[in-house]
Amino acid sequence: MNKMIAALAGVAAAGIFATGSAQAAETLDAVKGRGELVCGVSTGLPGFSVPDDKGAWTGIDVDTCRAVAAAVLGDANKVKFVPLTAKERFTALQSGEIDMLSRNTTWTATRDTSLGLNFAGVNYYDGQGFMVMKSLGVKSAKELSGASVCIQSGTTTELNLADYFRLNGMEYSSVVFDTSDQTIQGFEAGRCDMLTSDQSQLYSLRTKLPDPSAAMVLPEVISKEPLGPVVRQGDDEWFNIVKWSLFAMVNAEEFGITSANVDEMKDSKDPNVGRLLGTQDELGPQMGLDKEWAYNIVKQVGNYSEMFERTVGMGSPLEIARGLNALWSNGGIMYAPPAR
Amino acid sequence: MSKTPEGSGGGAPVVKPPAYRDPRVRAIAFQVLTVVVLVWFFWMIFQNTLHNMESRGITTGFGFLDRAAGFGILMSLIPYDETMTYGRTFIVGLLNTLMVSILGIILATILGFLLGIARLSKNWLIAKIALVYVETLRNIPLLLQIFFWYIAVLRSLPSPKQSLGIGTSAFLNNRGLYIPAPVTESGFGVVLLVLAAAIVGVWFMARWAKARQMATGQPFPTFLAGLGIIIGAPLLTFLVLGVPMSLDYPALKGFNFIGGTRIIPELMALLTALTMYTATFIAEIVRSGIQAVSHGQTEAANSLGLKTGTTLRLIVIPQAMRVIIPPLTSQYLNLTKNSSLATAIGYPDLVSVFMGTTLNQTGQAVEIVAMTMAVYLAISLIISGLMNWYNKSMALKER
Ligand SMILES: N[C@@H](CCC(=O)N[C@@H](CS)C(=O)NCC(=O)O)C(=O)O
Repeated sequence: MNKMIAALAGVAAAGIFATGSAQAAETLDAVKGRGELVCGVSTGLPGFSVPDDKGAWTGIDVDTCRAVAAAVLGDANKVKFVPLTAKERFTALQSGEIDMLSRNTTWTATRDTSLGLNFAGVNYYDGQGFMVMKSLGVKSAKELSGASVCIQSGTTTELNLADYFRLNGMEYSSVVFDTSDQTIQGFEAGRCDMLTSDQSQLYSLRTKLPDPSAAMVLPEVISKEPLGPVVRQGDDEWFNIVKWSLFAMVNAEEFGITSANVDEMKDSKDPNVGRLLGTQDELGPQMGLDKEWAYNIVKQVGNYSEMFERTVGMGSPLEIARGLNALWSNGGIMYAPPAR
Repeated sequence: MSKTPEGSGGGAPVVKPPAYRDPRVRAIAFQVLTVVVLVWFFWMIFQNTLHNMESRGITTGFGFLDRAAGFGILMSLIPYDETMTYGRTFIVGLLNTLMVSILGIILATILGFLLGIARLSKNWLIAKIALVYVETLRNIPLLLQIFFWYIAVLRSLPSPKQSLGIGTSAFLNNRGLYIPAPVTESGFGVVLLVLAAAIVGVWFMARWAKARQMATGQPFPTFLAGLGIIIGAPLLTFLVLGVPMSLDYPALKGFNFIGGTRIIPELMALLTALTMYTATFIAEIVRSGIQAVSHGQTEAANSLGLKTGTTLRLIVIPQAMRVIIPPLTSQYLNLTKNSSLATAIGYPDLVSVFMGTTLNQTGQAVEIVAMTMAVYLAISLIISGLMNWYNKSMALKER
C-alpha cells in the first residue's frame, strides 16, 4: 500500500507539473541514458516472473523484458525488475516508475482505453480456470454452487468470476487477497473450496503447494485472457520497440532462427531472415535502434519457442503444452506481422 | 497595547481607530485571506492534475461511482450484490472498516484497562503475567500477529463437512462461526420502545440518586438497580408479548452452511490481533495514569474507610483519566488506521474493497485514493473530537 501511495504521488506529480501533452521519445532516451531497462513484473509467479534465492529473475514475462533490453541496449542482462502486485501495476507504469509492464496482464478494452496505457502485443494466450483439492470430489465447475473462492485482488479474474456464477445461476462467496502467496496460503489452509485465476497461473501456483498432486485444475475455461506487455500511451516510438521486440521472437521461430544457429543464419540467403537479422535491411534504425537489434534478441534470449519451452513449456516444471500459443502455422494463434 | 494611550486618562473621548487599523479585525482578515488562498491553491492543483491526466488519456471524474461494480464482497452490513454500483462498494467497505474499528476500540479498552490494573496488582503472579503479556505482544509486529491468528485459526479448524457443533444450532469451521440469526416478528418494536424508555428512566434515577447522596449522604445501588431495569423491563415485555422473534438456523447445504449469521474468520483474526496488540499500549497508559495519582489520595480514602474497589472507582480512576485520555485517543486513532492491514488476509474493509478492487477495475486512482484518505481523516477527526470533548468533561473543574 505504501508503494501504491508513492506511485500515486508520482502520477499526481506528473499530472501537476506536466505540460499536458505526452512527450514522444522520452522513454527510449531515458532507457539509453540510464543504460538499464526498468521492467515491472509480478511478486513471484513461477514460469512468468519469479526471483530465485540469489535474486535472479526467470520466466516468460522476464524474458520479454530481457528481449527489449537486448534490442535497445544490446545486453539482455541490463534490466532492473520491479515486483508489483496486481493493484500496483498500472499506477507504477502511469507514474513512470517503470519503463514497461510485463506482468501476466490481460489486455481488456477498459485497460487499453481509459488508463492512458497501450498493450504492445500478446506473449501468452490464456483463459481463466479453477483449481480445487482432489479430496473435494468435484469434476466440473458447474458443481461449485455455494462454494468459497480464493482470488487475488485487482485482477480480471474477480470480474469474470462474478459473471460466470451469475450467468449460471450459482452462488459463491469470494475471499480476496493481495498477493498470490497469500491467495495460495488461504486455499491451502482450507479457507476456500477453490482458487481461480488464469489457467497457466493455476499450474504455476500449484507448484507452490506442499503436495501439488493433491490439487487439480478443472476443465472449464471461462474467459479469454490475452497476456502481454504494456507501455504508456503517447510514446509511439517506445510502443513500436516493445511491440516489435516481441514480434521478432515470433518471426524468428517461424523462420527457424534459434539462439544456437543465429550466427550461421546471418549468412542465410532467405531475404526474410536477412531483413530480420539486419544483414539485408535496416529495420532497426527506423525504430531508433541498432541494426543488430533482432540478432541480439535471438542470440541472447532466443526465439519465442525457446522462451516458451524454457519457462512454462515442457522444459519447465509447469509442463504446459503450446496449445493456443503454437505458431499460426502449427495450429495455434501466435502470429507476427511480416518483418519488412 | 496594554498601556493606556496618553491623554485618554482624563476623560477625553476614546477615539475608535478605523477598522483597517484595528488589530483584531486585521488578524481575522489575514486568517480568512490565508484560508482562501490555501483553498484556491489546492483546488488549482486538483483541477490541473485532472486536466493533465485527461490529456494523457487517463479517465477522470467521479462518474464511475454510478456504474455497476460486477464483483462480489465477502461480508456486508447492508444488502449488496454485484449488480450494485461502485458507490455502494464504498459504503460497504466503509461500514466494514467502522465495524472492526469500533469493536476493536471497545474490546481493546476493556482488555487494556484490566491489564493495566493487573500490572499494579499486589498479587505477584497476576502482575508478572500482565507484564509478560504486555512486553511480548507489544513487540511483535501487528501484521505478523494478524497472519498468525488467521493461519493458525484456519488450520486448526475443520472443513464445513466436519464442523464442530456448539450445541445443536451453532457451528464452527474454517469458513467461520455460524450462529442462529434472530428474525424479528411484529411486536418486537414494542420491546425496543420499552428498552429506550428503560434507559431514559435509569438516567433520571441515576441523577436522583446522586442528588440524594449529595444531600443526605445515603448511597443508592444505582448500578445494580439500573442494570436490572434495563435488562428486566424489555425482557418482561418480550415474554408477555409471546416471544415475537424466531431464529433462522444455519444448515449445511452443498459446500457450506446456509442461513443463520456468519462471523467470518477474517473478522475474528483481525479483531483478535487488533485488540490484543492495542490493549498492550492501553495497559501501559492506564498503569502510568494510575501511578500518576499521588499515593496520598489513596491513603486519605483508606483512612475515611472506603473499600479498595470504591477507592479505585471514585478517587483514583477519575483523576487518572485526565492523564489517560490524551494518549488513549492516539491509540484509538492507531487502531482505526491499523485496521487497514485487513487487506493482507482478505477482510473486506475500505482499503481492500474500494482502494483495492474498485480502484483496479476503474483505474481511477487519484479520485479513489483521495476519497479513502478523506474518510480516514474524517474518522480520525471525529475520534479526536469526541475524546477532546470527553477530556474536557473529565478535566479538573476549577472553582
Ligand atoms: N491476468 C489477470 C490476472 C493477473 C494476476 O495478477 N494473477 C495472479 C495470480 S493469482 C498473479 O499473477 N499474482 C502474482 C503476484 O501477485 O505477484 C489480470 O491481468 O488481471
